[in-house]
Amino acid sequence: MIEKAFFLYFAFAAVAVSIITVTRRNVMHAVLCMLLLFFHLAGLYLLLNAEFLAAVQIIIYAGAIMVLFLFVIMLLNLREDVKKVQYGRLWFVGVIVVCGILLAMAGAYVFMVPGQRSDWTIGRIVAETHTAAIGQVLYTRYMFPFEVVSLILLVAVIGAIVLAKRQLK
Amino acid sequence: MDIYSLHPLMPEIVLALLGLCILMLELTSMKKEYIALTAMTGTLAALYFLRGSSGVLFDGMYQADGYSNYFKLIFFLNLFLSILISIKYLEVEKSSHGEFYALMVFATIGMMIMASAENMIVLYVGLELMSLSTYVLAGFLRHDSRSTESAVKYLLMGAFSTAILLYGIALSYGSTGTMDFQQIGLYINSHNLSGNPVVLLSLVLIMVSFSFKVAAAPFHMWAPDVYEGAPTPVTAFMSIGPKAAGFAVLGKVLVMVFPSLRSDWTSILIVISVLTMLTGNVMALVQTNIKRMLAYSSIAHAGYLLLGLIPGNYESFAGMMNYLFIYLFMNVGAFAVIISLRSAEFMGDEIRDYAGLAKTHPVMASLMLVFMFALAGIPPTAGFIGKFYIFSELVKSNYIWLTIAGVMFSVVSAFYYLRVVMYMYMRPPEREVVLETTPPLNLALFIAFTMIILIGVLPQAFISHAKNVFFTMYQSLL
Repeated sequence: MIEKAFFLYFAFAAVAVSIITVTRRNVMHAVLCMLLLFFHLAGLYLLLNAEFLAAVQIIIYAGAIMVLFLFVIMLLNLREDVKKVQYGRLWFVGVIVVCGILLAMAGAYVFMVPGQRSDWTIGRIVAETHTAAIGQVLYTRYMFPFEVVSLILLVAVIGAIVLAKRQLK
Repeated sequence: MDIYSLHPLMPEIVLALLGLCILMLELTSMKKEYIALTAMTGTLAALYFLRGSSGVLFDGMYQADGYSNYFKLIFFLNLFLSILISIKYLEVEKSSHGEFYALMVFATIGMMIMASAENMIVLYVGLELMSLSTYVLAGFLRHDSRSTESAVKYLLMGAFSTAILLYGIALSYGSTGTMDFQQIGLYINSHNLSGNPVVLLSLVLIMVSFSFKVAAAPFHMWAPDVYEGAPTPVTAFMSIGPKAAGFAVLGKVLVMVFPSLRSDWTSILIVISVLTMLTGNVMALVQTNIKRMLAYSSIAHAGYLLLGLIPGNYESFAGMMNYLFIYLFMNVGAFAVIISLRSAEFMGDEIRDYAGLAKTHPVMASLMLVFMFALAGIPPTAGFIGKFYIFSELVKSNYIWLTIAGVMFSVVSAFYYLRVVMYMYMRPPEREVVLETTPPLNLALFIAFTMIILIGVLPQAFISHAKNVFFTMYQSLL
């Protein structure tokens, strides 16, 4: 019962906060609302027994990515934008498309038949703790994608240097 | 796990080492030509390991077989030819070499992983590796605002389509409980999920996402701007590589994951392919910039390639793959000519710039003539053979109206390809065009020209070889 109450709070608050995020005129307010959104999502992960994901969500999104956002806003001095028109002329098209997608998703979930369960049941994950479970799967069965991700990170580093360096020889 | 069990993965491993090597070479200030030479030698070495590489690895997540190897051959040739045509371009732009080739190599690894993926997670990381590298490549000329704009547009559209793909994957995982291609297909079949709206939605989302990747209408809007703004060798590289990788995945996913929804995806493909051929060919008619025209032409070619997927049997897939193979040479050839016109003070990417090229540079004009004829699909060039096989497979599967539409659209396409030829041969030269060719560029032109003529004149040898290569895989699949 209490778990359900927490779920309802996190879910509704997440939706409300994201709507506030996209409707703010002041970029700084929008970013701070997004920070709230990240915390609520982390709460949802906690309710799913995924404490590792919750921690990662807070450390990476609320920590690292948010700081980047704030830096960019401060460097660009986006306060000027407050006076400009906030939405383009075709904003209602976006709203219609989003509502359409939302309807399709909601309709599809009515017909959702959950598939087979793997041998990682909730009881087993709780017993072994979520972090240990992810580690075991990641370094055994999903070793190959994990290695490929290291290449992706390398490309990201190269890309950041290529795009940000002042003068390339 | 001993090293021999990784044998099917050797081409990827060699390329990854090559990428790291190139980055190191860039540090030690050697002559820039050596870096390109290393990159090409490494590509050939990886090609050597591709021979006879087959097998299943990592719990069936990765599979090297005839199908993926054929695509990998296309990726290698694409990488090799793109490096050949980049050398001069990078010198003109005074840009850095090492990172450029390294990113191309990493993008190619991503494509190879996509073609070999048998699991949604592997597919996704391969896709990310490829896309991330191509985003950076598109914006490689940082001081050029067009290049930066093209990179930002590509990044936004790419992120958007990847999100759609992930949604599709999540839905199929939710309703089947597995990430493995074959397992999903079997589960959908055995639990009668083919009429389930969630599964259908997942199919639609995955198809929409890859329509973005291969620039099929109505998800093509990003392509012209990105292709025009990106550095010309990158345009050549990404109008073939990511497109071929997208088709490799589409073919595999449709046949392995959603075989029980065949009637659904056939009708979606018919709509998308007709729309793509229409938009690509009609919009190409009014372009004045040749890179932009080739972008629309590449959209139109995506339409013909989608036609090859519609019958869904192994012969039509063979037709699609052969077409990609042929398209590689026609496209690289055309872009090589564009690059040869580029010099420090002359952009050379307007169609007007080609006026009178036949009088001032007859050899280059005749090469461009061959490439344009091939793209339009006029015999005896290879372009005709490619279209012929796709259309004949369509007729065999009784898609008569679709074939007629395809032929009509290729007639329309002849107009804008031949307009370039008309400018070269029938207009007086407007200005003095100085051609700057280098031996590597000439080599690329030579390879493209020879292959187009060779496949055009001796199609039988080529086609039968291509069929043999991946017959085994499709026998087990269909």
